[in-house]
Amino acid sequence: MQVFLQQLVNGLSIGSIYALIALGYTMVYGIIKLINFAHGDMYMIGAYIGLVSVTVFKLPFFLALISTMVFTALIGVVIERIAYKPLRKSTRVAALITAIGVSFFLQNIVSRIMGAKIYTFPSVLNNELYVVGGIRINSQQLVIFVTSIALMFLLQLIVQKTKIGRAMRSVAVDQDAARLMGVNVDHVITLTFAIGSSLAAAAGILVGIYYNTVNPLMGFAPGLKAFVAAVFGGIGIIPGAMIGGFSIGLIETFVSGYGSTLYKDAVVYIILILILIVKPSGLLGKNKKEKV
Amino acid sequence: MKQSLFNKKNLAWLVIAIVVFFVIQFLIDARVINPYYRVTLFWICIFAILGVSLNIIIGVTGQFSLGHAGFMSIGAYSAAVVLKMMPDYTGLAIGMAVGLIISFVVSFIVAMPTLRLKGDYLAIATLGVGEIIRIVILNMTITNGASGISNIPFLVNWPLMFVFTVLAIALSANFKNSAIGRACISIKEDEIASEAMGINTTKYKVTAFVFGALLASIAGALYATSYYVIKPETFGITNSINILVIVVFGGMGSLTGSVFAAIVLGIINIVLQPLAELRMIIYALALIGIMIFRPQGLLGTYEASISSLFDFKAHLKRFSKAGKEKA
Repeated sequence: MQVFLQQLVNGLSIGSIYALIALGYTMVYGIIKLINFAHGDMYMIGAYIGLVSVTVFKLPFFLALISTMVFTALIGVVIERIAYKPLRKSTRVAALITAIGVSFFLQNIVSRIMGAKIYTFPSVLNNELYVVGGIRINSQQLVIFVTSIALMFLLQLIVQKTKIGRAMRSVAVDQDAARLMGVNVDHVITLTFAIGSSLAAAAGILVGIYYNTVNPLMGFAPGLKAFVAAVFGGIGIIPGAMIGGFSIGLIETFVSGYGSTLYKDAVVYIILILILIVKPSGLLGKNKKEKV
Repeated sequence: MKQSLFNKKNLAWLVIAIVVFFVIQFLIDARVINPYYRVTLFWICIFAILGVSLNIIIGVTGQFSLGHAGFMSIGAYSAAVVLKMMPDYTGLAIGMAVGLIISFVVSFIVAMPTLRLKGDYLAIATLGVGEIIRIVILNMTITNGASGISNIPFLVNWPLMFVFTVLAIALSANFKNSAIGRACISIKEDEIASEAMGINTTKYKVTAFVFGALLASIAGALYATSYYVIKPETFGITNSINILVIVVFGGMGSLTGSVFAAIVLGIINIVLQPLAELRMIIYALALIGIMIFRPQGLLGTYEASISSLFDFKAHLKRFSKAGKEKA
């Protein structure tokens, strides 16, 4: 039981990182039906900006988090304007390849500027260990968990309660109809990229603190996992991404805790395939009827 | 109308193939293509096979697969394991056969349920399949885990590589132009409509998928014997994406485009080699630029012009014949 609860804690903290990245994937997919392969790299960029703001500008954690999110959001907007906007009308696979191109570009430009070496992230948070009933929780895990939950709450608030959130939801349902209703679709898409990138950046800085290292290729594997998480929960659905992220994190830690670390990814993918076969639109997705 | 195997078109292709073969053989003998360039030449051949085979799945049948490298790794590992025991051409043949059988079984089992999925869901499911294959290979003892298999005997030479490449392209072209291929194209255009016309969509989708997987396995075997070392990480999602880039870059549905894209990317690789780190940045920018300015790929669906090239040739022949008769 104690082991179980310990794994639960570990799973939830890594799961909240996946969930934060998955949110960006799912929002962008929900609006322009693009699998944004470069999203994992926005998370890497976030980690690097976080590193710079903590080491060079000596910002405290909270300010570093905010400034990183703002800067990464700006980068996300620039990328969207330059690379994706001209492709609005072209095929989706062309947009997908562009996203892959952007991903390569970000990885290599960062390794060119910062060098390919692995940086150590300074410990900006004092790492205290709490023992509750035999379960060890360190303060970093708590910060990660609380920050992610707060950000998800904020996102849900923006999407459900504000005017711009309503515009986003309407664009996701029907772009043309939204445009006819006076919604500025381009602004909405740009804003979606900004929000998605800033969430990924938050995940990046949190991971930097948790694992202490940053490198140019760190975005790839978590990006893929987060995408799997988004599909798992039903891509395009915001609560689905959160559930997916936590599920993937939990599955991963439980498989490596009780079984073999080597097979954790395989189990994640097998469950993903099973879910897709049984319920192709994901856990929370609605089944669409085929129409001729 | 039944066509004989040696009709004018096929003979013309054969002549082109033989000419290409001897030109490159001459360049190799003349040391214009040194061993360093030969690596790229083999890379081009292997990725042309992979590109063409993935194009059958994505471009012709319209089924988005992101797990192609998985089948390539099956072929590569089967060949490598057998070659370690029998380091000669018999070993290569047996290894290829083993790879083909395993790929057939795996792709068939995978295709049956997953091809029910559509679009991005299929992409992510096949991505998962590719990763599962990689992880299984990573954890098996016969494949030597993460360190991979090294010192694989180098058996491949230009004639062998060329024969396999040409065979793969010819088979794919035949597949595309056959009744099966036309059924596949109709599935890509409109699955519901083709089903209403009496096409067994599942059967053709599975056929195309298995066909692509078999060719990928051959390409994998060639890869194993031309690069000495194979590791599980070589066949990850990055490699599947590389193959996808070739397909989209050349034009989806255009087999010519895939071959062309493999050649172009191979040459770009060589030209940019001295730039080291900048190489990938330029490559990425080129990829983005091409997709923005030419989203249908370099050749689009340019295949038709191949046959018009034949027509052109036929015209030319008739023209020259007429000229001779006049003279």
